[in-house]
Amino acid sequence: MSVDETIVRKVASLARIALSEAEVAALVPEFNALLNWVDQLGEVDVSGVQPMTAVIPNTLRLREDVVSHDPTTGGDVRDAVLANAPAAQHGFFGVPKVIE
Amino acid sequence: MTNITDLKVAELRDGFRKGDFSARDVAVAFNEAVAGAKALNAFIVTTPDHALAAADAADKARAAGDLKLLSGVPIGMKDLFCTKGVQTTAASHILEGFVPPYESTVSGKLWAAGAGMLGKLNMDQFAMGSSNETSAFGNVISPWKRNDGGNAALTPGGSSGGSSAAIAAHLVPAATGTDTGGSIRQPAAFTGISGVKPTYGRCSRFGIVAFASSLDQAGAMAHDVRDCAIMLEAMSGFDPKDSTSLDAPVPNWEAGLSSNLKGKRIGIPKEYHAEGMPAEIEALWQQGIAWLKDAGAEIVNVSLPHTKYALPAYYVIAPAEASSNLARYDGVRYGLRDLPDGAGLQDMYAATRAAGFGAEVKRRIMLGTYVLSAGFYDAYYTQAQKLRTLIAQDFDKAWAQCDLLLTPTAPSAAFGLGEKQDDQLAMYLNDVFTVPASLAGLPAMSVPGGVDGQGLPLGLQVIGKALDEQGVLNACLALEERAGFTARAEKWW
Repeated sequence: MSVDETIVRKVASLARIALSEAEVAALVPEFNALLNWVDQLGEVDVSGVQPMTAVIPNTLRLREDVVSHDPTTGGDVRDAVLANAPAAQHGFFGVPKVIE
Repeated sequence: MTNITDLKVAELRDGFRKGDFSARDVAVAFNEAVAGAKALNAFIVTTPDHALAAADAADKARAAGDLKLLSGVPIGMKDLFCTKGVQTTAASHILEGFVPPYESTVSGKLWAAGAGMLGKLNMDQFAMGSSNETSAFGNVISPWKRNDGGNAALTPGGSSGGSSAAIAAHLVPAATGTDTGGSIRQPAAFTGISGVKPTYGRCSRFGIVAFASSLDQAGAMAHDVRDCAIMLEAMSGFDPKDSTSLDAPVPNWEAGLSSNLKGKRIGIPKEYHAEGMPAEIEALWQQGIAWLKDAGAEIVNVSLPHTKYALPAYYVIAPAEASSNLARYDGVRYGLRDLPDGAGLQDMYAATRAAGFGAEVKRRIMLGTYVLSAGFYDAYYTQAQKLRTLIAQDFDKAWAQCDLLLTPTAPSAAFGLGEKQDDQLAMYLNDVFTVPASLAGLPAMSVPGGVDGQGLPLGLQVIGKALDEQGVLNACLALEERAGFTARAEKWW
């Protein structure tokens, strides 16, 4: 499977990264070299093998279904949440107009 | 009087307890060393006041007879750990100026144990790199030089390259690192220090900037095995804020240190005889085998047949997870925003991420996006996760024959900055010996074994069973005692 400029542009668009024409051109051979190398994974017979989901057996925990008041992960910390926002306004995250 | 910055963590702790010096003396000495080493570029920000405040608290605690595990010991913090009120960037322009309103669990545990912070350590951007050349804040320069009379600037390894350089240069006695595919062990090997990655889940990931969550694991870096054991003890433990945190008691690793390996079986995996590996590394490996025999261990040859697929599987899985994790950098909630004139939301995302991420980060996000995209998911991602199962099963089978594995840490000594910049694959091959243990979530450690013909350090790696950090530390201690590694980078900075 060979990657061309069209595919690189599509992937960049999916990843939400703006690329210049020069960057697109440079990425084509890099992508192909990496994918050719990764393609060796296909030579292994993996029939009957389950894909890895957890490296160390561990049971996922459930917390109590109540509003958390943990000072770092709970609620009521609006100002701390907004403190690093590039454009916080009126207690909300500011974004450019999304509805015409 | 000895130079305080020459002392190790255990020596600082014990000397402070005995009253040989105050914690403030220690903090002042290391703050001066940090301030005088700007040429190494090991720090993104320095925090002398944090170190002094912790030292003053330690001096008071000593007077009150209320000492903690790391009272009187200042350390360096990799800039991947969120530190409350102190800029945390993951060495990326996209997080420049980000000041976390909360503390990572690991850094919080270290402060609670009495440690102070000398500064936030430079690293590869988002921990993506093996040479510290992807930082948005410039390369870290290794304190080491080749003995060939040249003056080439060498890599301190990566991604925890600020950590390794700062320890090797005696700017900090110990530091945190994180290891996704070798980012603690490879830089430790390149700079003649020790570095341990514990079992996946030992150290909480809460507050560590995420790269590849199923692989990311914090660990300790220091001059020797004992210091790593002390640090790791302070950093480890169950955390309900991390869903993959292990709910297991933290052993007293320092107290359990013993270099008597009688009854231990050490496996030598034949697949780690990499093609083109320098003879000096092969020779050091053989020397390591002899040292472990001398410590009472039995040596057995084992096979890990899927080893060659570990690196390509890693370069599917890690970028896939990164592409998902790094989707959060959108120019809305924190970090950089680039809003071109008249741009809409989608254009803002694309412009922000184009301006904020470095080239290697973009490359990996895009590779991850590609392998997860419709039509390719099974061929790449599912296939890689199946290989990961086979790689983990290789280790499980080996544990039927042995208790620990001994391998080289890296396929070469430190290389010159810029030497591998043009060849991505050659750069990725740095991690060929460290990635398999990461994929299987196993504890692994690098200790210095000797120097090569150019006077540069080489490391040996010990890999253990899940939760057997003690076995790993003990085998490394046996290597350390026999290697008698005393080489040190001569001060030029």
